[in-house]
Amino acid sequence: MSTVPALAVEDLSVEFRTRSGIVKVLEHVGFSVDKGETVALVGESGSGKSVTAFAVMGILDAAGKVTSGRAMFGGADLLALGERDLAEQRGRELSMIFQNPRTALNPIRRVGLQIADVLVRHGGATRNDAPQAAIEMLKKVRIPDPERRAEAYPFELSGGMCQRIMIAIALACRPALLIADEPTTGLDVTTQAVIMDLIGELAGEAGMATIFITHDLALAAEYCDRIVVMHAGHIVEAAPGRDLFTHPRHPYSAKLLAATPGETVSLENMASIPGGLPDLRRSDLPACRYSDRCERRLGQCAQPLPQRTVGERRVVACWNPL
Amino acid sequence: MSTVPPGPLLDVAELAKRFTVGAKQGLLARATSFRKPVAPLPQLHAVDEVSFTIGRGETVGLVGESGCGKSTLVRLINRLLDPTSGSIRLGGTELADFKARDFAANPHRARIQMVFQDAGDSLNPRYTAADAIADPVRRLKKTSGAELTARVEALADMTGLPRELLSRFPHQLSGGQKARVGIARAIAVEPELLILDEPTAALDVSVQVVILQLLQQLKRELGMSYLFVSHDLNVVRLLCDRVLVMYLGKVVEQGPAAEVFADPRHPYTRALISAIPQAVPEQRAGRLRLDGEPRSPIDPDPRVCRFYGRCPKGTPRCAEEMPLLHPAGAARQVACHFA
Ligand SMILES: Nc1ncnc2c1ncn2[C@@H]1O[C@H](COP(=O)(O)OP(=O)(O)OP(=O)(O)O)[C@@H](O)[C@H]1O
Ligand SMILES: Nc1ncnc2c1ncn2[C@@H]1O[C@H](COP(=O)(O)OP(=O)(O)O)[C@@H](O)[C@H]1O
Ligand code: SF4
Ligand code: SF4
Ligand SMILES: [Mg+2]
Ligand SMILES: [Mg+2]
Repeated sequence: MSTVPALAVEDLSVEFRTRSGIVKVLEHVGFSVDKGETVALVGESGSGKSVTAFAVMGILDAAGKVTSGRAMFGGADLLALGERDLAEQRGRELSMIFQNPRTALNPIRRVGLQIADVLVRHGGATRNDAPQAAIEMLKKVRIPDPERRAEAYPFELSGGMCQRIMIAIALACRPALLIADEPTTGLDVTTQAVIMDLIGELAGEAGMATIFITHDLALAAEYCDRIVVMHAGHIVEAAPGRDLFTHPRHPYSAKLLAATPGETVSLENMASIPGGLPDLRRSDLPACRYSDRCERRLGQCAQPLPQRTVGERRVVACWNPL
Repeated sequence: MSTVPPGPLLDVAELAKRFTVGAKQGLLARATSFRKPVAPLPQLHAVDEVSFTIGRGETVGLVGESGCGKSTLVRLINRLLDPTSGSIRLGGTELADFKARDFAANPHRARIQMVFQDAGDSLNPRYTAADAIADPVRRLKKTSGAELTARVEALADMTGLPRELLSRFPHQLSGGQKARVGIARAIAVEPELLILDEPTAALDVSVQVVILQLLQQLKRELGMSYLFVSHDLNVVRLLCDRVLVMYLGKVVEQGPAAEVFADPRHPYTRALISAIPQAVPEQRAGRLRLDGEPRSPIDPDPRVCRFYGRCPKGTPRCAEEMPLLHPAGAARQVACHFA
């Protein structure tokens, strides 16, 4: 195994100021991604996956504040970099695919030119080569009739096509770290397979490290090396995909799996996870933010959470794991 | 209650939508593009002669490759877009004759509601969640004051949106929370047909279960019909009675969901089902990966099967004769020369 991870997030905590008080959205989040590795971030909506990504990219909403932690990338702490240096890194070394593709694209610029712009800006191509290189990228993400589609404006494309344009833009510069926030949501499964293969190829060839945010556990297990499960701003479990799937250790991971539609289950037999995320504005949040929903709670669960290493490359933050 | 007219709730016949797109020029040919094209402008066949029905209380799934025309089809039915040709009958009323532009004020408006693909995009950034949900109730049901507030809160409860989030704006909500606002807003006026364009795509599995169960419950209680567009085939399998499979503007297969999933006939349907992600490697055996370039939807050759070139089975006949949708078993239809 490689010694220095491509990205190491340590003790990351983030707060948001809202009209109704301070929201402690992330607390002591830590995980790492090796070169060539794809790590999935999964968890309910609101669990802090996107905020984690935004914090690492340095693009938190103005109301958000990093209150502790580091994100080590290429010898530097991304969280300590100035806006100038960070902007320099973004797009070349760091690339992000946003959850909402249509709003992330410029609505009044042809999509081919948007890809070309990125290629030129980050030194991937000259102004002359860029249009052709952009068309090549469109081919890679399986846009039919790429020459003609390069001329389209975002509104002329389907949701899934905008998604693929975003992916093409993010991958165009062969970043060292890709953060993909639900990149294949809205894509059919055959196109999804093509995109996942493409990410896998870049990981293999160029050693690209990927944080892959998704709520599709089967997808994460099939294509990612490890899965990190988040709940209410905490990482509750991190494990190789298959292990998590066949034998979840954190009670929350197990419930998440039970709610995943598969081939055999029927809707009546599926169960959502009882309760909801705790209100993160509370000043008396319990040490285990899952405890109000947990069926395995013990007296000691009120104490600060342990980070238990269970098996190889597997961590679970729980007093009474499965 | 008035008597329910016989026949299906929705009857779509030979519906087509073609978009005019710019002449083929390519970024490379930009310099010459000021010359006026002489030939007729190219047409993108987004929806091509599509026919199907939806029964009362029936849930029909619509699946297919991204860009194949699903959203265009539902926007035609929902009368947000004007069709190029064809008919859309809702309980006996021809909707294709109304102009999309005026449909917002049409009395039939409340009968079809839609939950959009990009929940975040379809919400007005200056509306709080409560405003967004209240808006159609106010406009289409003329409710106001305390009654409106109560209705909004009830809808928030029904869709699992915490009431304290009702005062937030879209940018302060997570993706899943926004999707719930979209669903609450659509069911607010109790439509007969609810069109859901990937409603759970942004939802985590736990909420998805709740929403799917909620949709099923609403269907039972209110007798609503659903047209359910989704890329999650496991969800389609769970929720839908029947499924339509589209490929480049055409319906290529349709039938009872259980049958289509167990025994897909069209080569595209086969590829689609075999690409469902599998956590366990043993279940990935026999995977089909589609090679080749998809055909262009712009001025497609009417003789060539749309799947030709990517189809693992294609033969020269497929390039000369467009396969028509034909019966394949009791309730099934498929458009392939060899199925
Ligand atoms: N306003 C428009 N002008 C030109 N072409 C359009 C327009 N709207 C849609 N299209 C084209 O019509 C085709 C069908 O698009 P549609 O949005 O219906 O796809 P979809 O099946 O919903 O895809 P997805 O699964 O990605 O959402 C695509 O080729 C798209 O580029
Ligand atoms: N700008 C903001 N102001 C206040 N709260 C926010 C803001 N952005 C996100 N949040 C809150 O932070 C939490 C985590 O959100 P997010 O990271 O988007 O979740 P997800 O895991 O679904 O990506 C949620 O409770 C969300 O409401
Ligand atoms: S620490 Fe205790 S309450 Fe929290 S998940 Fe584990 S068993 Fe449940
Ligand atoms: S008609 Fe031919 S090309 Fe078309 S799906 Fe059938 S075998 Fe494939
Ligand atoms: Mg998110
Ligand atoms: Mg669509």
